[in-house]
Amino acid sequence: MSEVTTTLDLRRVEAEATSKTTLGFWTYLMTDCVLFAALFAVYAVQHGNTFGGPDGYELFKLPYVLVETLVLLISSFTCGLALLALQKRDKTMVLTWLAVTFVLGAVFLGMELSEFHAMAAEGNSWRRSGFLSSYFTLVGTHGLHITIGLIWMAVAGTLAWKKGLTASIHKRLTLLGMFWHFLDVVWIFIFTVVYLFGSLHL
Amino acid sequence: MIGFATEWLGRLSWHAFPQATVTRGAAIGIVLGGLIVLALITYFHKWRWLWREWLTTQDPKRIGIMYIIVSVLMLLRAGSDALMMRAQQATSVGTHTGPFSPDTFQQVFSAHGTIMIFFVAMGLMFGLINLVLPQQLGNRDVAFPFMNALSFWLFTAGMLLINMSLVIGEFSAAGWLAYPPLSELKFSPGVGVDYWIWSLQIAGVGSLMSGINFLVTILKNRCKGMTMMKMPVFAWSVFGSMTLVAFSFPILTVALTLLYFDRTFGMHFFTAGGGGNAMMYVNLIWAWGHPEVYILVLPAFGVYSEIMATFSRKRLFGYTSMVWAVWGIVFLSFTVWLHHFFTMGAGADVNSVFGIATMLIAIPTGVKIFNWLFTMYRGRIRFTSHMVWFMGFVFLFVSGGVTGVMLAVPAIDFQVHNSLFLVAHFHTMVVTGVVFGYLAAISYWFPKITGFRLHDGLGKIVAWCWSVGFVLAFFPLYALGFMGATRRLDHYDASLGWQPLFIVAAIGALTIATGVVFQIVQLIVSIWQRNERRDITGDAWDGRTLEWSTPSPTPFYVFTKTPVVTERDQFWADKQAGTVQRGYEDILLPKNTGVPIVVGGLALLVGFGAIWHIWTLVVLGLLGIVMAIIVRAMNDEPEYILTAKEVERLENARKRKLKEVMA
Repeated sequence: MSEVTTTLDLRRVEAEATSKTTLGFWTYLMTDCVLFAALFAVYAVQHGNTFGGPDGYELFKLPYVLVETLVLLISSFTCGLALLALQKRDKTMVLTWLAVTFVLGAVFLGMELSEFHAMAAEGNSWRRSGFLSSYFTLVGTHGLHITIGLIWMAVAGTLAWKKGLTASIHKRLTLLGMFWHFLDVVWIFIFTVVYLFGSLHL
Repeated sequence: MIGFATEWLGRLSWHAFPQATVTRGAAIGIVLGGLIVLALITYFHKWRWLWREWLTTQDPKRIGIMYIIVSVLMLLRAGSDALMMRAQQATSVGTHTGPFSPDTFQQVFSAHGTIMIFFVAMGLMFGLINLVLPQQLGNRDVAFPFMNALSFWLFTAGMLLINMSLVIGEFSAAGWLAYPPLSELKFSPGVGVDYWIWSLQIAGVGSLMSGINFLVTILKNRCKGMTMMKMPVFAWSVFGSMTLVAFSFPILTVALTLLYFDRTFGMHFFTAGGGGNAMMYVNLIWAWGHPEVYILVLPAFGVYSEIMATFSRKRLFGYTSMVWAVWGIVFLSFTVWLHHFFTMGAGADVNSVFGIATMLIAIPTGVKIFNWLFTMYRGRIRFTSHMVWFMGFVFLFVSGGVTGVMLAVPAIDFQVHNSLFLVAHFHTMVVTGVVFGYLAAISYWFPKITGFRLHDGLGKIVAWCWSVGFVLAFFPLYALGFMGATRRLDHYDASLGWQPLFIVAAIGALTIATGVVFQIVQLIVSIWQRNERRDITGDAWDGRTLEWSTPSPTPFYVFTKTPVVTERDQFWADKQAGTVQRGYEDILLPKNTGVPIVVGGLALLVGFGAIWHIWTLVVLGLLGIVMAIIVRAMNDEPEYILTAKEVERLENARKRKLKEVMA
């Protein structure tokens, strides 16, 4: 692009492209909100359909989930720090905080999977009841989003490391930050609706 | 050997290939047809051209044309499904059995509905939006050209998957919305429902991406001076429709996924036992399905608005009320889904609320109808084929609206629920609302796409065949519904006395088929006479909106300089004032890329693997998609600059060539 002399104001073009991408990504997050809303609705309908199996009160270990939650919340905070470093164009700090976020995200995912594994090993898998089907699908969909976020983080981090904080990497990291915070918000709802209400015997 | 087979082939075996004569014929036809096309492309050495100009393009006009070609082919396929159903119901009476077995008949009606909605109506809609919307907004492209190509290839992957079911395996026999518990593994153990799930899932993701893309296009890609209230009404109706896409398609994704989980992983969302709840599926699918109807019809309303203003040579009556009517419909369409299952037993209070909400939709729709009619009032009307389509639409659509209000009364709905009365009603809305609109739109924007007009006399015959055929095909169904005929019957008793009406309906279907034949003739004749039908000015119909200010066919750079807008019908105002917006500027355009078609192909593999439980294929396909997206992300220069000088050169060459052709 740079070798061609042009009357186009390339910085304005770039800024317009960024504003389109940001709006598009916000719209995508709204559609993802609808997706999670549908899954929450399904969970709300089915949380009592235990079909003789255990309910949330018997299955959920609140202290464990609280640690999981704190790990994710802290990862959201460190992701914020990475974005602040991005504003200051401090590549080392961006990469450091991204790495911390990645590790925390991976720990969260590992804890979630080990929780799933423990439940399934006790015979309480998604096949057991309508309640457990909706539980595994709702929480698992969030986990799938976290997985995608981790892949994205790894790729964007590697690109930032190799190429530096170019305009396109700046844009992608900003979107990644939005995505990660969004997953945090969804998790707050999962923690409240699934785990807290479940433990209250509601 | 068996271990190898289950590991690498999942459920796939030789038994998957069709056994019945009818399906075997169709399968052989599809495979042969495909092979002939491939052989022709190879014979004429067209692969390189196809790859460079079409398969890797990010030009919305080309993508739009490809959408329309795919949709028209699917219209022929699902249309022949319709003829098969009419043949069965006209002949399968008493001691006579029709040409098709019950199982084949069930697959036929399931495929008809699914293909018509997802791969005909949606495809025509997205095709037209691609062709028209950016130009109407005075811009060259959509907000995200790469994602636009990706949407198209996902749509195509879904289309290929649904047609593969004819050759490998079977299609769903559970109706176009696959209600559980019938669609659950216990009652539909084959791969049919899985084909249904995955072709919709893949196409649905493409639609969702298109929805986001066009929303951002409308909000961000308008030319200088075009405020929201100066947008053409077509753009407004696309805005409403795409808002519905963004809010409703995620619900479809969820419903399909949960059904697949039930069938594949033994979950209990909608199963009859295990704590499942089948009515939850029906709620989810209609929370998407009702808005879907408006997704399809709103852009068609936009088309009618453009056509009425152009062919009445008058500005559209009640622009502001048109905009408000769009948003009224958008809002209300999310509040009525329960009217699809009043008989669920939600109780009188709930049914009343949804019944009244449903009737309310007649108000904004009525506003639009009156606005179109008032646009004609004291206009200088040209009675072209587009006007014939509109007249057919307005009479029939109002009749469908009236039966819709009848169905909105829960007490009446309990009587005619699941009957042919319902079938007649929703075909009236979708065929005259959506199909008439998009067929009129194709003929309206045809010169813009190809550079020459379609034969209008033949176009009128087509519109008349469709309108008359429609009355013959569907009005008897209203009566049959009252007489107690339920939908999806493959056989009935002779003493019921239904056969004459079914025969009339079959004649109607044949009349529509005649219309389709005339359409093909019209296309051939028009191509034959293309030089005398050529649109030299770019303004084929004395139009009002910006797309008519570009040459026909629109060059890839669209505008030599993006226009500036001060009026609502800017092009009309320019013509009245005698001003022409001229000049050249540097243009930023997207480079071609093969990533979208590759991702589409990989999605097809993922879908195929998921249907046949070939998990290796699913994993490889998903990994491939991730890799393709990473490759795309590494590309830092996805665009190139076309300099003003180059645009001027191309433009002059275009004019020279046009002169030569005309001489």
